[in-house]
Amino acid sequence: MTDSEKEELQEILDSIKTELRQFKKERSELIPILQMIQERFQYLPPEALALVASHVGIAPAEVYGVATFYNQFRFHPPGKHPVKVCLGTACHVKGGDIILENFERKLEIAEGETTADKEFSIERVACVGCCALAPVALMGETVHGNMAPSKVEGLILRIEVEKERARREEEKQDKNA
Amino acid sequence: MRETMPSKQFETLYADAKRIYADARQKPGPKIFVGLATCGIASGALETKQAFEEALAEQRLDAQIFTVGCGGHCYAEPVVVIDHPESGFPPIFYPNVSPGKAKMLTKLFLVEGDPRFEHLLGATIENELIPSVMTFSRFNMEERVITAMCGQVDPERIHDYVALGGYRALDRALQSNPDDIVSEIRLSGLRGRGGAGFPTGEKWELARRAGATTKYLICNADEGDPGAYMDRTIIESNPHQVLEGMAICAFAAGIEKAIVYVRAEYPLAVKTIEKAIQEANQLNLLGEDILGSGFNFSIEVFQGSGAFVCGEESALIQSIQGSRGMPRHRPPFPVEKGLWGQPTIINNVKTLASVPPIIAKGAGWFQSIGTAQSPGTAVFSVVGDVVHPGLVEIPMGATLRTLIYDICGGIPNKKAFKAAQIGGPSGGCLSKDFLDTPIDFDSLADAGAMMGSGGLVVMSEDSCVVDVSRYFLDFTQKESCGKCTFCRIGTHHLLKMLERMTKGKGQAEDLSLLKSLSQDVQRGSLCGLGKTAPNPILTSLQYFEDEYQAHVMEKRCPGLTCRELTAFYIDLKKCARGCDACVGSCPTDAIFTTSTRKKGIDQELCVKCGECAEACPPEYDAVERVSPVSLVPIIEKPKTKQ
Repeated sequence: MTDSEKEELQEILDSIKTELRQFKKERSELIPILQMIQERFQYLPPEALALVASHVGIAPAEVYGVATFYNQFRFHPPGKHPVKVCLGTACHVKGGDIILENFERKLEIAEGETTADKEFSIERVACVGCCALAPVALMGETVHGNMAPSKVEGLILRIEVEKERARREEEKQDKNA
Repeated sequence: MRETMPSKQFETLYADAKRIYADARQKPGPKIFVGLATCGIASGALETKQAFEEALAEQRLDAQIFTVGCGGHCYAEPVVVIDHPESGFPPIFYPNVSPGKAKMLTKLFLVEGDPRFEHLLGATIENELIPSVMTFSRFNMEERVITAMCGQVDPERIHDYVALGGYRALDRALQSNPDDIVSEIRLSGLRGRGGAGFPTGEKWELARRAGATTKYLICNADEGDPGAYMDRTIIESNPHQVLEGMAICAFAAGIEKAIVYVRAEYPLAVKTIEKAIQEANQLNLLGEDILGSGFNFSIEVFQGSGAFVCGEESALIQSIQGSRGMPRHRPPFPVEKGLWGQPTIINNVKTLASVPPIIAKGAGWFQSIGTAQSPGTAVFSVVGDVVHPGLVEIPMGATLRTLIYDICGGIPNKKAFKAAQIGGPSGGCLSKDFLDTPIDFDSLADAGAMMGSGGLVVMSEDSCVVDVSRYFLDFTQKESCGKCTFCRIGTHHLLKMLERMTKGKGQAEDLSLLKSLSQDVQRGSLCGLGKTAPNPILTSLQYFEDEYQAHVMEKRCPGLTCRELTAFYIDLKKCARGCDACVGSCPTDAIFTTSTRKKGIDQELCVKCGECAEACPPEYDAVERVSPVSLVPIIEKPKTKQ
């Protein structure tokens, strides 16, 4: 862990400590607390689970047990552009797994992982509820329907092009300044 | 139930709501209704709405935009209804309105008065100018009880619902004897819409007679089936009908506290129901001393964290109490010992949404819909290979043929029907012999399937039932909570066997093993998840044994779906010399040029995604898929000059 990462984590833990004050010290608050942390930071840092355990008054192992039981909770920070591939029934019938495979191949990571530059992550989700558009993938919050392997390439390319454009803009501004 | 007069407080409320509703909707000028549930938003309804706003500003038009929920017409999203009285046309239903279309309609219809016949689906009411959508079977063969107001009302405006007759049933109930309400529900024959079909009146009766002072009501909206989304749509489109049903249930059973258990993966549903509860509280339709009756009732929202097993009631309770959602042995049933050890009623969204119409129109009316043993309606989300997928509400007892062919338009591309997977991961896979089976709790159970969640996946001849069984087993195996050995390990081995088959590594004895292990998992599991997980296998084995045989014995996939058992090749007789259409579409650069300047596929590199078949111009249609793999002709790849 680099120093800046350590600092970042400390900041997260500090703000969780403040947030925790709003919650009663009861077992029934456990899942709402975990949901709050995930909503704010997109994942549950292992160190945070210990904080939650001492707040609710149960063993950290128990908190870990609950957190890992539910699909909603994530233990690694997602990429800047999280890719979610729908593998609901309709998407499966129309070839959702081929879309997932294409993302994995293009980004060179497996489902559940984040790229080394922290730009992309891939997750599978069970039905986002637009079965008429199957197969479906989400890029961030945007839903892309009727996906095809060539569209996978296009989506990733679009983000890379935008990134490149932003970088050039910046360069230009630096030169002007 | 005895006839009652509306209470004074409700009369005032109703008059207010009616005025507010009329003020908004009867203003002169055009009105645009945009469907904004999750499915609409996913199809770009927000962009469409924005395009309307911009176009209206550009044209300096004074028109109103209303947001409504979803009417279930997923195939037509984003759906827009435009009511432009000055044009002389009735309100018109437009399907698939893209932002560009929105701008065009604003200019041509709203300004110039031309409704653009080529873009409309029909008028929403009977008239002499434009055929009404009600003449289409997709609209007129439905019987809407639960989703009657979905797509009509703005889910974030309680006044819409009250003005159209909402909460009147609650007012009536509050002036009646709770016993009468329970017996009315009993008489109506309403059965739980969560899947099992337990008589709702009986459940309420048990809770009513339970002596405890604190009792709970839980509305189960933990819709985990990966292909069913009716509960979400109902909550997003008309949350108040569910809340009203909850309040009536609570009054009848003597309950003061309730929880709506919604999946956290449904952020819009969570937001909508929270807003609805807040609005109902403000109007005293929830909270203390509701409508002056002395009855107190509060509702909270709990977000489920995405575990399929939490749809099972004892697991759901565990998760509210902050534990892992693992089912426990029943009895005691939750209605005796539920949340925090107190009597608890757990009803599905659709069950509760059926209650207000029953109280308003009477048990006899409800009995007249559907069949004697399963009165009322069923809501299905029909997906897969159908022309018009979406949410459909039909009277119980309608046949699969009506649902698939008449209402949803049949199978696209003139393909033949192969199977219908009904009831999601717990349901069964039915062959075409069952197309005329009535859809109700008992007929489906007799066929080995179940009503389940109400997901219906239609499969054409191009899909593989073995692959679909594998898909569902993959799901249930991941979602098994791990408590019972047979469910935890049994489903794992069932999945492994199915995976072997779809990869062409199946062995002859796998078929009998598959069947006996499935039966053991059913017997050895505590809760519904394990008991029903083998259903997809058992039903498909029974009705499609030849497909399993083909996979195991011939290494052939009749549906041309399993990737290891099929291969693509390019028919050199059809391939056009010099055409490069497929080359760019291939994600792995598997397509090469042959010595005759036609194309071939490198089988080593091919991942069988089917993109080249899509890319090949229809006039050539040269890409073929075959099974087993040995049928692929060998096409020489010229050596590249290095």
